[in-house]
Amino acid sequence: MSLPKPDELISDVKLHSTPAKDWMEIKPELKKGYYLSIVEPKYLEELDLNHMGKWQPYDEKWPLPDGWQETVKEELQRRMRMNRAFKLFMDICVRCGACADKCHFFLGTGDPKNMPVLRAELVRSVIKGEFSTFGKLFGRLAGARKLDEDVIKEWFYYFYQCTECRRCSVFCPYGIDTAEITMMMREILLELGIGTDWGIKPVHNSYYIGNHVGVPPQSFRENLEFLVWEFEEITGIKIDLDKYINRKGAEIMFVPLSGDYFAEPGIYTMLGYLVLFHYLDLDVTMSPFATEGGNFGFFNSLEMAKRLHSKIYDEAKRLKVKWLMGGECGHKWRIWHQYHNTFFGPLDFLEVPKSPITGTVFEHAKSNKIIHIVEFTADLIAHGKLKLDPSRNDHLVVTFHDSCNTSRGMGIFEEPRFVLKHVCNNFVEMPENTIREKTFCCGSGSGLNAGENMEIRMRGGLPRANAVEYVHKEYGVNHLACICAIDRAALPTLLQYWVPGVEVGGLHELVANALVFEGERSRDVDLRRRPLKTPVKGVD
Amino acid sequence: MNVGWSFLIFLVLLLIPWVGVGVLGLQGLFAIVIPYVCFLVFVIGLIYRILNWAKSPQPFKIPTTCGQQKSLPWIKYSRLESPFNTFEVVLRMVLEVLFFRSLFRNLRADLQGKKLIYGSAKWLWLGAILFHWSFLIILIRHLRLFTNPVPSVIQFLDYMDSFIHSFGVPPVYITDILIIAGLSFLLLRRLVDAKVSYISHGSDYFPLFLILGIVITGVLMRYNLKVDVYAIKQLTLGLATFKPVVPEVKIGTIFYVHLFLVSVLAAYFPFSKLAHMIGVFFSPTRNMPNNNRADMHVNPWNYPVKHLTYAEWQERFREPMENAGIPIDEEAEKEEHEWYTIYGPNKNLNL
Repeated sequence: MSLPKPDELISDVKLHSTPAKDWMEIKPELKKGYYLSIVEPKYLEELDLNHMGKWQPYDEKWPLPDGWQETVKEELQRRMRMNRAFKLFMDICVRCGACADKCHFFLGTGDPKNMPVLRAELVRSVIKGEFSTFGKLFGRLAGARKLDEDVIKEWFYYFYQCTECRRCSVFCPYGIDTAEITMMMREILLELGIGTDWGIKPVHNSYYIGNHVGVPPQSFRENLEFLVWEFEEITGIKIDLDKYINRKGAEIMFVPLSGDYFAEPGIYTMLGYLVLFHYLDLDVTMSPFATEGGNFGFFNSLEMAKRLHSKIYDEAKRLKVKWLMGGECGHKWRIWHQYHNTFFGPLDFLEVPKSPITGTVFEHAKSNKIIHIVEFTADLIAHGKLKLDPSRNDHLVVTFHDSCNTSRGMGIFEEPRFVLKHVCNNFVEMPENTIREKTFCCGSGSGLNAGENMEIRMRGGLPRANAVEYVHKEYGVNHLACICAIDRAALPTLLQYWVPGVEVGGLHELVANALVFEGERSRDVDLRRRPLKTPVKGVD
Repeated sequence: MNVGWSFLIFLVLLLIPWVGVGVLGLQGLFAIVIPYVCFLVFVIGLIYRILNWAKSPQPFKIPTTCGQQKSLPWIKYSRLESPFNTFEVVLRMVLEVLFFRSLFRNLRADLQGKKLIYGSAKWLWLGAILFHWSFLIILIRHLRLFTNPVPSVIQFLDYMDSFIHSFGVPPVYITDILIIAGLSFLLLRRLVDAKVSYISHGSDYFPLFLILGIVITGVLMRYNLKVDVYAIKQLTLGLATFKPVVPEVKIGTIFYVHLFLVSVLAAYFPFSKLAHMIGVFFSPTRNMPNNNRADMHVNPWNYPVKHLTYAEWQERFREPMENAGIPIDEEAEKEEHEWYTIYGPNKNLNL
């Protein structure tokens, strides 16, 4: 897909002027490059979901099922009954506009319906118009309107231009979280049978094969074999994979991300985990079935999220492990941290995580029994259990990208920075208003990292890329570290477009590259075979 | 257009007591019946809203974490932005409700060429603080009309608020000036700022007009069109003690306009966006602790879902697994598990 040049792409963006027409009178115009394709009906069928047959969003008339209005109204009311957050957020917005310019999609498009307040208003107006006496009486004056086919098109268009990053909810004086609204609205669209190709196929893969990208167990093993073979080639250290796959009775079950054993640059992060396990001789195992910590189900419905992650706990039981550890991923940790305990608890068959190396008991995970690998590694470093040589990463000037979900749905800020400062010497923060809780999304989260919507991805990623560009020009940053597999899949494309010359990788890739092994061989390249600044002297 | 209609409705509301009392002489209706009815609507309406929100369960613990989580003991966590226990949540909520902490974070984004620039933007916060705090103090001050003797706290507040004596008699209330400043700012911002104007409904302007109307009639009564405060207190005290009387002395029509607008505000309050005053306390992204992994949150409608089991999966991949040298689990048993769904053709759960 051909995109305009970076300078031209956003020349139409005006942040401080608005259309002449009232937003309710602007009919949804589905622009190419902004929306996702619809999935083949068989995938929905095999997941026991409704579908609308074969169709695409660009069709003039959408094949909405008979009685769809009633379905939508019922489902809206059901969700207000089931979910206080949704009901409350529909009720209490005062339209102060504090959220307006906080959304990366608004900053990249200037489309007023990408202001979080209007995104929510797309639904709020219908709830007022269909259920509220005031709304029915005063109509437009009270911000109310009726449900029609254009509304559905608008919902599809704009709720798939939200990455559920929660940045708006940081600034909202009532904490209104657009992610909650987007989640509910995608559920309702799914109930009608509207599911995206990029959103549903990974779910199907994860459900039947075990992971989003559909890597079957034998390829999973082969991919890892390739990685450890490559590591042996570079360092001379041999990692035995047998103990890590489908072994029963280990202390820890590790759940990786498919992005990390599927494609560059994620694979180096996966290698990083394996290198760390080998270095510590950790008693850890991985299920060949629960090979996906991420959860595209979450981007479709809460029920689907639970359906996909049920296998993790079934597998923990079957493999008779004591506790769980998860890899570096964004939305995975939003779900693991904020949803798992409620979905699957109480998890009495597991034990409170305790680091077998340092003896640290992870009290903050005493109920859920799952910890983030970065928490684990930070603890190791704090206890001096890793021999690290940060100068091995001297060829990199590194910045750290806080992923939206781990930032605003978990709060893991210091651990990755602590690790980073111990594994590399050149670490530069991006500008203050673009990191930590104010961090910007990559623009491709929540099931948007497809090809057909590349333009909106590049636009939505503008604020992130802009901040990277700043540190790239000012400090010569050439490497962006992150703890999210979607970032590792999406940011290379984004940065290639906006800031060529900055590479992307996970934290544990840098950890592994800095780890000093006994008996390692001399090398002058890093794990990606990029030349090191000063060659490593080993025993040859 | 939204502004126009809202203003028109406001004008009509202004005229009702003018005609009702000034022309038709319906003092009893406007001094007693309407205030009582509206106050009742206010109380019942708010209770209804509270129960309505409380009735819907909060299925998941979803605080927006704006600071470091509590994890390893040697990492300092943010008690306010990532509260771990109820006490810290209360602190976060206090700062949120009393000082609008989230609004204080506000930034402004500008696009220069293809560079995004972020700057501090505290004006909205300032306007909001001025308005809300002045409103609260004015409300408390008004309690002197409903109490006899007036508690010393209220007297003290009154004294503090009017400590500027230099502008003549009666002394000027500081909050009167501040609330007009705050409201004017909020109204002007809504009219002038392109984005805010674009998102504003009639129902966003209306309360501003209504409250400005209340403030201006109140100010006029105090400083210009003097009204008989003793007569007013006779009425208000009567209302408060449920022995309402229409005072024999004539109170100016302006008072009835003031009272009517207040009544309308009270009745309108629970059914409009103004309910944010109560709603903010319910906000799950603010009133829940970030201790998900240490303390399980129960979802009352959590239900077992359909999922593929390992045994079914292993059956499909047995051969390639054997070839790849992945151990086969011969103990894995196929079991049926009960499941429910609210989706699709197999819907078997109606929540």
